[in-house]
Amino acid sequence: MTKLLRILAALVVLGVVALLAFIFVPVQRTQPATELAADWQPEPGQGKYVMDAGDCVACHTAPDGEELAGGRAIASPMGTIWSTNITPDPETGIGGWSFEDFRAAMIDGVAPDGTHLYPAMPYENYRMMTEEDLRALYDHLMTEVAPVRNAVEETSLDFPFNLRFGIRAWNWLALDKGPGFVPAGASETEDRGQYLVEGPGHCAACHSPRNAFMAQDGKTAGDANFLAGGTIDGWSAPALHGEGSSLRDWSTAEMAAYLATGRNVHSAANGEMGLVVEHSLQHLSDADNIAMAAFLKGLDGDAGEIPATLASNAGPMPDAPADAAGKATAEMLTEAQPGMPEGARLYLDNCSACHFVTGKGAPEIFPELQGNSLVTAAKTKPLISVILNGADVPSTAKRPMHLVMQGYADRLSDDEVAELASFLRGAWGNDAPAVSAADVATVRAEAATH
Amino acid sequence: MARQEQKKDVVIVGLGWTGSIAGIELAREGLDIVALERGHDQATVPDFKYPNQIDELKYGVRLKMMQKPSQQTLTVRRNGGETALPYRSLGSFLPGNGVGGAGTHWNGLNWRPQPEEMKLRSYVTETWGEEIIPEGMNLGDYPVSYDELEPYFTHFEKVAGISGKAGNVNGEIREGGNPFEGWRSEDYPMPQQKRTWDSQKFHDACTAAGYHPFQAPAGIASTAYVNPYGMQMGPCNYCGFCERYGCYQYSKSSPQTAILDALKRMPNFEYRTQSEVLRVELAEDGKTATGVTYWDEAAQEEVFQPADIVILSSFSLNNVHLMLLSGLGEAYDPLTGTGTLGKNYAYQMNGGVTMFFEDDHFNPFVGHGANGVCIDDFSVNQNDFGALGFIGGSYWRSGTFNGQPIRNMPLPKGTPSWGAGWKDGIGKWYGHAMSIGSHGSHMSYANNHLDLDPTYTDRHGRPMMRMTFNWQDNDLRMNQYQKSRMEPLAQSMNPDLMQSSFKDIGAQYDVRPYQTTHNTGGHIMSETASEGAVNRYCQTWKAHNVFAMGAGNFVQNTQYNPTGLVGGLAYWTVNAIRTQYLSNPRPLV
Repeated sequence: MTKLLRILAALVVLGVVALLAFIFVPVQRTQPATELAADWQPEPGQGKYVMDAGDCVACHTAPDGEELAGGRAIASPMGTIWSTNITPDPETGIGGWSFEDFRAAMIDGVAPDGTHLYPAMPYENYRMMTEEDLRALYDHLMTEVAPVRNAVEETSLDFPFNLRFGIRAWNWLALDKGPGFVPAGASETEDRGQYLVEGPGHCAACHSPRNAFMAQDGKTAGDANFLAGGTIDGWSAPALHGEGSSLRDWSTAEMAAYLATGRNVHSAANGEMGLVVEHSLQHLSDADNIAMAAFLKGLDGDAGEIPATLASNAGPMPDAPADAAGKATAEMLTEAQPGMPEGARLYLDNCSACHFVTGKGAPEIFPELQGNSLVTAAKTKPLISVILNGADVPSTAKRPMHLVMQGYADRLSDDEVAELASFLRGAWGNDAPAVSAADVATVRAEAATH
Repeated sequence: MARQEQKKDVVIVGLGWTGSIAGIELAREGLDIVALERGHDQATVPDFKYPNQIDELKYGVRLKMMQKPSQQTLTVRRNGGETALPYRSLGSFLPGNGVGGAGTHWNGLNWRPQPEEMKLRSYVTETWGEEIIPEGMNLGDYPVSYDELEPYFTHFEKVAGISGKAGNVNGEIREGGNPFEGWRSEDYPMPQQKRTWDSQKFHDACTAAGYHPFQAPAGIASTAYVNPYGMQMGPCNYCGFCERYGCYQYSKSSPQTAILDALKRMPNFEYRTQSEVLRVELAEDGKTATGVTYWDEAAQEEVFQPADIVILSSFSLNNVHLMLLSGLGEAYDPLTGTGTLGKNYAYQMNGGVTMFFEDDHFNPFVGHGANGVCIDDFSVNQNDFGALGFIGGSYWRSGTFNGQPIRNMPLPKGTPSWGAGWKDGIGKWYGHAMSIGSHGSHMSYANNHLDLDPTYTDRHGRPMMRMTFNWQDNDLRMNQYQKSRMEPLAQSMNPDLMQSSFKDIGAQYDVRPYQTTHNTGGHIMSETASEGAVNRYCQTWKAHNVFAMGAGNFVQNTQYNPTGLVGGLAYWTVNAIRTQYLSNPRPLV
C-alpha cells in the first residue's frame, strides 16, 4: 500500500515536474533552413514586396489606424484576438527585436519572451518562407517603416485559451511542415506560385479546412485537403481546386486577373478576399499573380496556357448567353408569367438588371450567379449578407473602380430575402438547399449590431 | 482676411467631365492638384442606388440633382430693351450640381461636330459667299479644325465608353453608320445599341424614303466595358431613367464610371466639395492668375487657394460668370462689337412631330437617353444654305427614352389635361405614341450675349450674370424647313393622328418650359485676342495660366449635343498643357 502510494506520489511529482517543464522550459527555436552570408543584404524594395505578399497590413492595421500599428480585432473561435503593433517602436512595437526574435515569431510562433503567439498569426504557413524573405521583411519593418507608438489592447481569451503554454502542445500537432519550402517541381513558374501560395500568401489559413485541433488540414501541395475549402468568420472560403470547386472552369489568365484586380469575367472579390486583394495581391507583380494562378490551376492537373503578362482587356465584353444548365431558368424569367415563384419575381425586380435572366452577369463588373461558390456555399451567411448589405470590390491599380453592389435590407423582408436566396441556390443548375427566414433574421440582426 | 491654403500646381474649378479629365491627365504628369467643387460628393452607390434614384417626382420634377436658384442663378431678358429678371424657377435649362456635374444626369448622346461646323464661316463664304450671312449674325470659324481634334474625339469616346456604329472610317463609308459624319480613325469603342419598336418603324420609313438611318451614338453601354483608365461600365438594362438621374447600373457614361475612382487613387490629387469659387485672382500686372478665392461652405469663410495653373471647368454659364467677375477679359458690347467675354451665347433650335398609332405598342418604359435611330440627311453639310435661305441644319432622332408617367404621357391635342377626359385619353393612347425629334444648330448673334446684371446680386454679394437671348429668324427658318421635311416622312408612316411642335417665325424665347441645357459660348475660342476670350488651346488671352473648358468655348453651337466636342476639346487642351505649356509657361499663341 505504501509502495503504491510512493509510486503514485513519484508519478505526481514527475507529472508536476513535466508540467512545469512544459510551461517554463523555453521553447527551442527552429534553426533556419538556409544560412545566409553575414553581409547578405536584401534588394531594394524586396522587404516591402515580401510584406505585401504576406498581407501583413490587413491584420496588423486597425480600421482607420496607422499602418502596421496593430489593434485590429481578429475574430476566432476562441474569442477576439487583437493584432499587435509591428512597427519598430521599441516599447509598443517590435523595435527591440533581433532578427532571431523575429524569425522565431514567424516560423515558431514564439515571442522574444518565450510566450506563444496565437495561431491567428499564420506561422503554420510563414514557416515555409525562405530565410532571404524573412531577412528582407525584417529589414523592411525595422528600417523602412516609421515607428508608431501605439499600445494595442491585450488579447485576453477565456479559460482555457488564456493559458498560452497550451499552444506548445498544439504546435507539436500543427507544425508538421517546414521550416522551409519544398517545391513540387512542376515548372519554374508554378514553383514560384506554390511558394507564394503556401508561404507568405498563407492561402491555406482560410481555404484549407481545419482539423479536430483547429489546425490547418492541408498546408502544402499533396496534402489531401490542401485548399479544399474552409471558413472564415462565418464565410465560406471556397475550394480552390477539385471536383466541387467553382473555380475549376477558370483559366489561369482569369484566375490571375481575379488575384490582381479583384474581379474577372466570372466573379468579384468581396469580404475577406477583397481585403487580400486590396492590401496584398494588387501590389504583386503580374508574373507573381500569374504564377500563383498557374500553380492553383496545376493542382487540377494542368495549368493550361500560362500567359506571359496580364492582358489589359480594355474594350467591350459581350455578356454570355444562357447555357444548357441555365436555359430553363432563363426562359422562365424571360416569360415572366405572373404565377412564377416569388423568389424568381423578386429576382426580376431587383437583380436581373445586372445579373441577367441568364444568371451570367456581365464580365468583370456583375458577377455570375450560376455556379457561384458564394451563392451555393454551405454557409449561407455570405449570400444573405450580400443581399441585405451589399458588397464591394476594392479599387485596384489595374481596375480602379471601387465597385459597389447596393444592399436590399431596407427593401426586402426576411421572408423575401429567404425566397430570393433560395431561388438563387436552385436556379440555372445551382443545387443548394433553401434558406429560411430565420437564417436571414440572424444575419440581419448581426449586421445591425456590427 | 481670407484663410489661405497651401499652394498647388493646379487648381480645378468644378469636378464634372472636363475637371475630371484635366485632373487625371495632369495628375499623371505628377502635378499637385486640388479640385474645388461647389456641390456635394456623389457616387453610384449610395447616391444613385436603386430604386431610390428612379423617383420621377424627386429628380424629374423637383430636380434634386440640379443647381438650386437660391444657390446660383442668373437674370434673363430677350433683348437690350427689356429689364432682365432672375431665373428663380428652373425651366428652359438645368445646370447640374455636385461631383460629376452634368455628366451624371445627361442623356448620353455623344456626337462629334461635322468638319464643316468647325469652319462654318469659311464653309459658307467659300460655298455661297459672305452675302448670305444675315445682319447681326456673328458667324465664325473655330480656330481648330476637325482633323486636328479627331484623335481627341476618339480618345474621349474611348474614355467615356460610347456605343455606336461608324459611318466613315478614314474616308471609307460604312453601311449602317452615318455617311455624313466626319471621318473617324476608328470605329466606336462599343457596338451599337439595340432598336426599340418606334426606332425600327422610323428606320424603315427613312430607308423607304431614301434617307440614311443609323443608330444614335450613345454614352450608354451596350456591353460590359473597360476604358483606357481601367474604369468600367455595365450593360444598360433600358430602364429609361437617364436624363435628370444618376445611373444606378454603371451603364451611363459619366465621370463616376469613366474617371473618378482612378483619379481618387492618385496621391497628388485631392478634391474639396462644398467649395464654390468666387473669383480668379490676378497678379498685379494682370497677366497671370495667382489662384482662386472660394467659399468654404462648411467653415463659412472665404479661402484663398494659390496655384500656378487655373482650370475653369464649371458649367459654361458659371465659367463665363466667373471670368466676368474676375476681369479675365473685357465684357462684350453688342453695340460696338468690342470686348469678348459673354460674346456669342448660343443655344439649340429643336422641334418635333408626335404620331399616334392605335395598333402599335411602343412600350415607352423601355429605352434610354440615347436610344433611337437618327438621320443626318438634313444636317449642316447636307443643306444648300444659299437656296434654302438659312445657315444651319439638324439631326433627327426617333426612339423612346423614357416612359416616366408624370412628364411623358403624350396625348393628342385637344385631350383634356385633367379629369375623366384625360383618363380616357391616357387609357386610349398610353404606349401608342412615338415621336421624331429635330435637334438643330443655333448660330451666334450680336443680340445674344452674357454680361453682369446691373441690379441683382447673388448670395455672396456678387453681381449676377445677365443673359440676353431671343430666337432669331435664321434659326427659325431652319426649324421650319425641318418641319416641312419631317411631316411628309411622318405621314408616310400612316399614323392615326399626328401633331407637330416647331417654333414659328417670330417666336419669342420663353424661359419657363424645359428646352435644353446646351448653353454654349460666352468665352469663345478665337484666332486673335480681339475676337474671343480664349485661344485655340482654350487658354485665356488675358492670363496665360488660366484655361477654360467646356461649351463656353463654342464659337456658335453645332447641330449636335455638345458633349463630344466638349470632351474632345478638353483632351486637346490638356494635351497642349502637357506637351507645350508645362515646360515653358507662356501664351501658346
